[in-house]
Amino acid sequence: MSSDNGVPSDNAYEALSEGGDDVRWAYGTGFADPLEGVDTTVPAGTDAADLTAYCLMLGDDALIMSHRLQQWCADAPELEDEVALANIGLDLLGQARLLLSRAAAAEEAANGTGGRGPADDSDGPPRGEDRYAFFRAEHEFRNVRLAELERGDFGELIARLLVFAGWRLAVLRQLTSSRDPVLAAIAAKGVKEVSYHRDYAAQWLIRLGDGTAFSRERAQAGLAAIWPYVPELFTPHEIERRLAAAGVAADPAGLRGELDDVLAQVLPAATLEVPDLPPRAGVAGRTGRDGVHTEAMGHLLAELQSVARADPEATW
Amino acid sequence: MSGTGRTVTARAVAETVTDPELPMLTLADLGVLREVAEHDGAVTVSITPTYTGCPALDAMRDDLVHALHQAGFGKVEVRTVLRPAWSTDWISAAGRRKLAAAGIAPPAGAARPVTGPIPLTLGPPPHPVRCPHCGSARTRLMSAFSATACRSLHRCEACQEPFEHVKEI
Repeated sequence: MSSDNGVPSDNAYEALSEGGDDVRWAYGTGFADPLEGVDTTVPAGTDAADLTAYCLMLGDDALIMSHRLQQWCADAPELEDEVALANIGLDLLGQARLLLSRAAAAEEAANGTGGRGPADDSDGPPRGEDRYAFFRAEHEFRNVRLAELERGDFGELIARLLVFAGWRLAVLRQLTSSRDPVLAAIAAKGVKEVSYHRDYAAQWLIRLGDGTAFSRERAQAGLAAIWPYVPELFTPHEIERRLAAAGVAADPAGLRGELDDVLAQVLPAATLEVPDLPPRAGVAGRTGRDGVHTEAMGHLLAELQSVARADPEATW
Repeated sequence: MSGTGRTVTARAVAETVTDPELPMLTLADLGVLREVAEHDGAVTVSITPTYTGCPALDAMRDDLVHALHQAGFGKVEVRTVLRPAWSTDWISAAGRRKLAAAGIAPPAGAARPVTGPIPLTLGPPPHPVRCPHCGSARTRLMSAFSATACRSLHRCEACQEPFEHVKEI
């Protein structure tokens, strides 16, 4: 907060500021639109409302998984792994920011009202990413349920991360040739990042599974915990199907083999077995992509959104 | 000064701005400075993110605006360019020398783009990372993730020193 009345401030943050025209203090905290200067025109023949929803799906997957990874900060088994999980969470948060910003620009094109909500009518740049992350209700989030599941132990985390990264890498790789140049560019960066995430999880799953009897048991239990949510990843929502037919989206239905190939390399090396568990049903066939979530999602959002909702006018 | 001269000045100023996390490198060395254009005193700088979540991007943006304002350019706009995606191959030869001099092992060539599924890496890195302190190739990867998104953590088995490496991307 700045003091406008000329009275010297004893605010420590202000003392760190270089003043002048900078919006920052100490470190750059004046967040810029991550798509600043990027042409976000919706490609001809693409339904802008569909594109908005699709970018929210991919952005929400990253945002919610990132939040779960952030919960491991200060709680991982080793300092190196804490740093690794924080880095992976940060990569996914970066992907979420780009995707939610792309959704905001597409929404603006779809309804002509702009990407700003009631909490965002400031003079600053449109902050669609914040509006989506902090001011949507649970049923408006379109992430797969795998991302939101209650935090388990380290074995569960590693099993979840391997499946999530293996699936997301396959999706992003397809998207590098999307007819939407913005999505294609976001995917091209994401592919490089998520390759490292998948390697990290694969190496850890082998270490745990092929480790002690106890670590093997935990890794196998972790796989069992997430396994019922795997089929949902490869079940396309009708919007995904429509946009895939238009050359804009990746149809996840065709990508199961890519994850299975990865698991066929990792699980035998980890001496782990593919669980034999049925898919977790949604509600009347509706799941995460339709905004139907598990009980864990409400708790997660309460934590994720509480600060922004306590002071919707705040900037940081 | 002519318009062209001003553009050259604006570029020279932008090129002095350093990376907030790797202060031995300028944004030009790092390869994130894509373009500097000047028109009637208004400067447009195009930069590209290294990692999508890298918080240094906002600091770079502020530092560019600050440096150009200090140099007398009143209107400065910093744009993001996403294509083509940044790769460690864009770090200049000078940048690689500066990294090594600062005790950070520079990246080798980035993986060639593959068609079809991206292969899993389960073993040690395909190429040895040389210790920036003693030059030995007998080094071990401790973690693919370090204090910033772009670096990995290694240890030299010859001189026992830990070191960081700008990992290939």
